[in-house]
Amino acid sequence: MKDVSERPPVDDPPGGRAAGGRWPWPAPGLAGAGAAGVRHAGLVAALLLLVLVGVITKPDNFATTGNLVSILALAATIGVITVGMTFVIIGGGIDLSVGAIMALASVWATTVATQSYGPVVMALCAILVGAGAGLVNGLLISYGRMVPFIATLAMLVAARGLAQRMSDRRTQLVRPENDAIMALSTTKVLGLPLLVYIFAAVVAAGWVLLNRTTFGRRTFAVGGNPEAARLAGIDVRRHTLLLYTLSGLCCGIAAIIIMARTTTGSSTHGDLYELDAIAAVIIGGTLLTGGRGTIIGSILGLLIFTVITNLFILNGLDTSDQLIAKGVIIVIAVLLQRRGLRTPT
Amino acid sequence: MTDTSRRGFLFAGSIAGAGMLAAACTSNSEETGNTNQQSVSTGGDNDKPGTKVTIGFSAPAADHGWIAAIAKNAEAQAKQYSDVDFKPVEPTNDINQQISAVESLIAQKVGALVILPNDGEQLNQVARKAMDAGIPVVNLDRVFPDKLSYRTWVGGDNYGMGVAAGHYIGKKLKDKGVAKPVILEIQGIATLPLTQDRSKGFADALKTYGFSVTAKQDAKFTVESGNQVAGNLLQAHKKIDALWNHDDDQGVGVLAAIKQANRNEFFMVGGAGSANAMREIKNGGVLEATVTYSPSMASSAIKLARLIAQGKGMADLVEKQVPQSITLASETITKDNVDRYLPLGFES
Repeated sequence: MKDVSERPPVDDPPGGRAAGGRWPWPAPGLAGAGAAGVRHAGLVAALLLLVLVGVITKPDNFATTGNLVSILALAATIGVITVGMTFVIIGGGIDLSVGAIMALASVWATTVATQSYGPVVMALCAILVGAGAGLVNGLLISYGRMVPFIATLAMLVAARGLAQRMSDRRTQLVRPENDAIMALSTTKVLGLPLLVYIFAAVVAAGWVLLNRTTFGRRTFAVGGNPEAARLAGIDVRRHTLLLYTLSGLCCGIAAIIIMARTTTGSSTHGDLYELDAIAAVIIGGTLLTGGRGTIIGSILGLLIFTVITNLFILNGLDTSDQLIAKGVIIVIAVLLQRRGLRTPT
Repeated sequence: MTDTSRRGFLFAGSIAGAGMLAAACTSNSEETGNTNQQSVSTGGDNDKPGTKVTIGFSAPAADHGWIAAIAKNAEAQAKQYSDVDFKPVEPTNDINQQISAVESLIAQKVGALVILPNDGEQLNQVARKAMDAGIPVVNLDRVFPDKLSYRTWVGGDNYGMGVAAGHYIGKKLKDKGVAKPVILEIQGIATLPLTQDRSKGFADALKTYGFSVTAKQDAKFTVESGNQVAGNLLQAHKKIDALWNHDDDQGVGVLAAIKQANRNEFFMVGGAGSANAMREIKNGGVLEATVTYSPSMASSAIKLARLIAQGKGMADLVEKQVPQSITLASETITKDNVDRYLPLGFES
């Protein structure tokens, strides 16, 4: 278990603290928001470096509005999932089933029966299926006392299986009469497709929920030290349940975006998204053991990955090298964070 | 207290609602009635009932339109014959499981085996075992390295597919008089030999027109990966003349990306020959043609297995026995001939 003594005792019930602090209690040696700011500065610097590489290697293609829109639209799907994943990981858990849940939601929302009710029901169906699957994860973990890794691994396998069965292993096209779904990626407001606004809205909502509400504080408390959180009067099990439901909900929203982008629902959607999302969260400075992390960091981590993919394709480089680069970046990011943690203490 | 119970009520209500929606939304029945299976019965006297034959069938369980069509076609073709007892084993993507599945078919002493291996190299041994036990093996598409492991091989021509796409694109650009065309290629899974064959054929055919591929990227045969790669590629090249996408399943995503980027200055050629691609070709748009790699080969494999087991030859050939190897030609489907091919298209 965690070393309780390294943290100040929990003396205030969550929500009872003045709004100034970013966390229920400051992490050792880190001055709350300031430290997060430093970490973010590192990520922003890395991102700027990549942008510089892009501008130098492909001056005509990289810094165009078209390319910017393309990067944001590509980041949107995993981005929404990453927001949910950040909550789960800060809360001390892990969700391996995100890609599979998104695939299941996209398939469920594009069955002939669902499509006959029109685009609104399709979107609603995707969200409900996502949240429902997340709820099952949460029940298994909080009340079934299963290890998150195992419970969500089971969901990963089962949700993909269900998606395959439901779709009969076919790619289900969104029908022309439901093209309101596709309009999310083709309609542009102020130069950006609607789905980018959905992405932004989810990030904003996630940030507020994590940093400005009791729910957010409880998440840090539960992830930092569940026993202390329980003694402080937090219903840890109920909170865990809600965290996984939230993650599932995000997958449902991501399913709507992937339907808009690919015009399909398919059991192959979101393959290995869980790894991309976890990597983005880790690069963003969230502790895999829980208790600390930020939404903005996760999104910056994700953007770094998306820009790398974009840079490699713009320059016509091999996918294999791209994977190597991503692996190296994960290692460097984590090493730098370790140093950042140690030096002040 | 009252607050909690009200919330509990709302929560229960929403669960019930979700359940009802779930029940209403899983049905897929309208489309599953699809009659897109390819079973053809031609071939002179050969289709008349003969000696009873049990045909074992084993294929991977990929969630990909093409492989789904393979299994459906094989079964539909087998049902055409009153003298065929069709024994499919549980499809699997696990090499180990496929080996034991084939072993179980050998133990049942089936009359012939049709195997589409997950990996020809790794399934070679068990196919050899079947042949040694006197069971003729029809090797479908992915080839066994050892000729003693199969009686007949039937499959598509990946190199030829690239050649067909290369000729379509090369000829069209030459006729237009484009001097230095930007030609893009979106591959499937880059590590597979079949992908490398396709790319080589494409490059070789383009070379005869003095053209070369400007840039190529690999996707993963999935709609989503096609969408992502195409989205980035379109940003990398502001003016494109032609695009070849190896696979119609991932092509759905590629087409969506093209539409989202609002591009239409180029033409695209697909691969495999899905029903959806054919409909796009018919409607006229960016996708002008697709080169086939038709899953109808599974129907042919069943027919061949039956003939081999009954000791018959192919009606249109002089030989008394089925040939050792049959490579299907990759055909080019365009607006002009799409109506003829539509019945052969598989739903992705």
